[in-house]
Amino acid sequence: MSPIDNQTGRQVVPLRHYGRFVAAVVVLLLLSALFISVGRNDKVNWGTVGKIITSTITLRGVWITILLTLIAMFAGLVLGTLSAVGGLSKNPVLRGVSLGFTWFFRGTPLLVQILFWYNLALFFPRIGPWDTNEVIPAFAAAALALSLNEGAYMSEIVRTGIQAIDPGQTEAAQSLGLTPVQTLRRVVLPQAMRIIIPPTGNETISMLKSTSLVSVIGSVYDLLTRLQITYRPKGLVIEYLFGASFWYLVLTTIFSIGQYFIEKRFGRGFDRPGSARSSSKRMFGLGKAVA
Amino acid sequence: MTYVPTSGPVVEALGVCKNFGRLEVLKGITLTVDHGEIVSLMGPSGSGKSTFLRCLNHLETINGGELRVFGDYVGYREVGNKLHELKPKEVAARRQNIGMVFQRFNLFPHMTALENICLAPTVVRGRSKSDVAHHAEVLLDRVGLSAKRDVYPAQLSGGQQQRVAIARALAMEPELMLFDEPTSALDPELVGEVLQVIRDLAESGMTMVIVSHEIGFLKDVSDRVFFMDGGVVVESGPPVEVLVNPQHERTKDFLRRVLQPDS
Repeated sequence: MSPIDNQTGRQVVPLRHYGRFVAAVVVLLLLSALFISVGRNDKVNWGTVGKIITSTITLRGVWITILLTLIAMFAGLVLGTLSAVGGLSKNPVLRGVSLGFTWFFRGTPLLVQILFWYNLALFFPRIGPWDTNEVIPAFAAAALALSLNEGAYMSEIVRTGIQAIDPGQTEAAQSLGLTPVQTLRRVVLPQAMRIIIPPTGNETISMLKSTSLVSVIGSVYDLLTRLQITYRPKGLVIEYLFGASFWYLVLTTIFSIGQYFIEKRFGRGFDRPGSARSSSKRMFGLGKAVA
Repeated sequence: MTYVPTSGPVVEALGVCKNFGRLEVLKGITLTVDHGEIVSLMGPSGSGKSTFLRCLNHLETINGGELRVFGDYVGYREVGNKLHELKPKEVAARRQNIGMVFQRFNLFPHMTALENICLAPTVVRGRSKSDVAHHAEVLLDRVGLSAKRDVYPAQLSGGQQQRVAIARALAMEPELMLFDEPTSALDPELVGEVLQVIRDLAESGMTMVIVSHEIGFLKDVSDRVFFMDGGVVVESGPPVEVLVNPQHERTKDFLRRVLQPDS
């Protein structure tokens, strides 16, 4: 915006947004007050927080958290796709089972589900000839609970993704002689992926933090459990909570960057110059769409 | 692969009926299409012409009558005196011989022009990628789009998309081509390029069933024209008879409206 109008040479006075300026100053003042009070707080030993973040014990917990997230998301995606395809099938039994699955696992709290699978032995002491607690140790119970819960949510995400694809795509594929399975795999799912990925990224980030719920079991050493067991007895409660938050934030950031690249991969054929519809593009300012 | 008899009609329809719930769309269609013949279906919207076309490759299932393509009952296997419904895989196998071109092109948006054309030959026929790609380039050249091989559908004009769609259908080397209003979704200035490709195909001797409102084009390429209205064939015959000198009032009325949309 040039201050001089090119055609007439008269000066143009842009509107001054005083309100914006005042709002920015107020928010900055409040933020600095917050940072100062946190930074100067002598109840927290920041050196200790740093040591907690970098300790081997913490890093092991971080690894378990990543592992649980990846297992739950992978199993959830597979389960969710099966459930979504079942839910869209012409078979009323498959439709019913799919509906029941999502209804049950979305309808009960994840915390309850984790406790249930961990305590399964109280309900089924033996699975076939084997001891339940041997077949499903604590880690497996945690992974199972997270996976089943995630599967129910992924089922809905995959279903909407599949339903968003124009039926003309299926007709074109079928008229070329592709079988229903080939049509799903080659034509429908790859396009549905584009729609499925952003909410799945959301789910992954949500799952990353939901894994901390397994700390109720106490014997699955994810990030939070590790830190709790190690540092609570030493009275470093706030320190370990800061340490945990730090790692959850780091992991969330890494997963978000991964999401950006996956979205780009499945957005092939849809990108137009100048469009910036993906949330992660906006988030990281990597916005130059590939033509 | 399906056995294709070289003699006998390609399509035989005998009293074909189709209804969507209580809506009767086809009320007994009887017609044959011979090898190498070009048959056009026209009529007002809702007359059932597209539905009939879709029945030919089993995108719709008929509710009555007999429908045979390449001598086989569409959707059924004849065993002795009985008709056994086909499994989805068998239905898919039958479709390999029938190419279809849609009004809205229905190109796969996540694949380039070349990938669109190569998909079915590689996945369905299991042919090698390099072999198929070579054939696909020949086809792209045939529809005049060699330069667009690595371009995604979103970057092509409607006419270009439809030409790629025709090449895609031809990649399976079908013996019968179905065109479902191939130019209805196009801007007027793009209609000609698509019709030219279909015209070339007609001259190559391909058996075709075309649903279209392009009266001038149909007059040129068709061997026979069927005028449909309300789910029945009102009038049929060579294009000079049906299109130039129609006998039936409904045909005359339709042609008048199509040729002079303002009156």
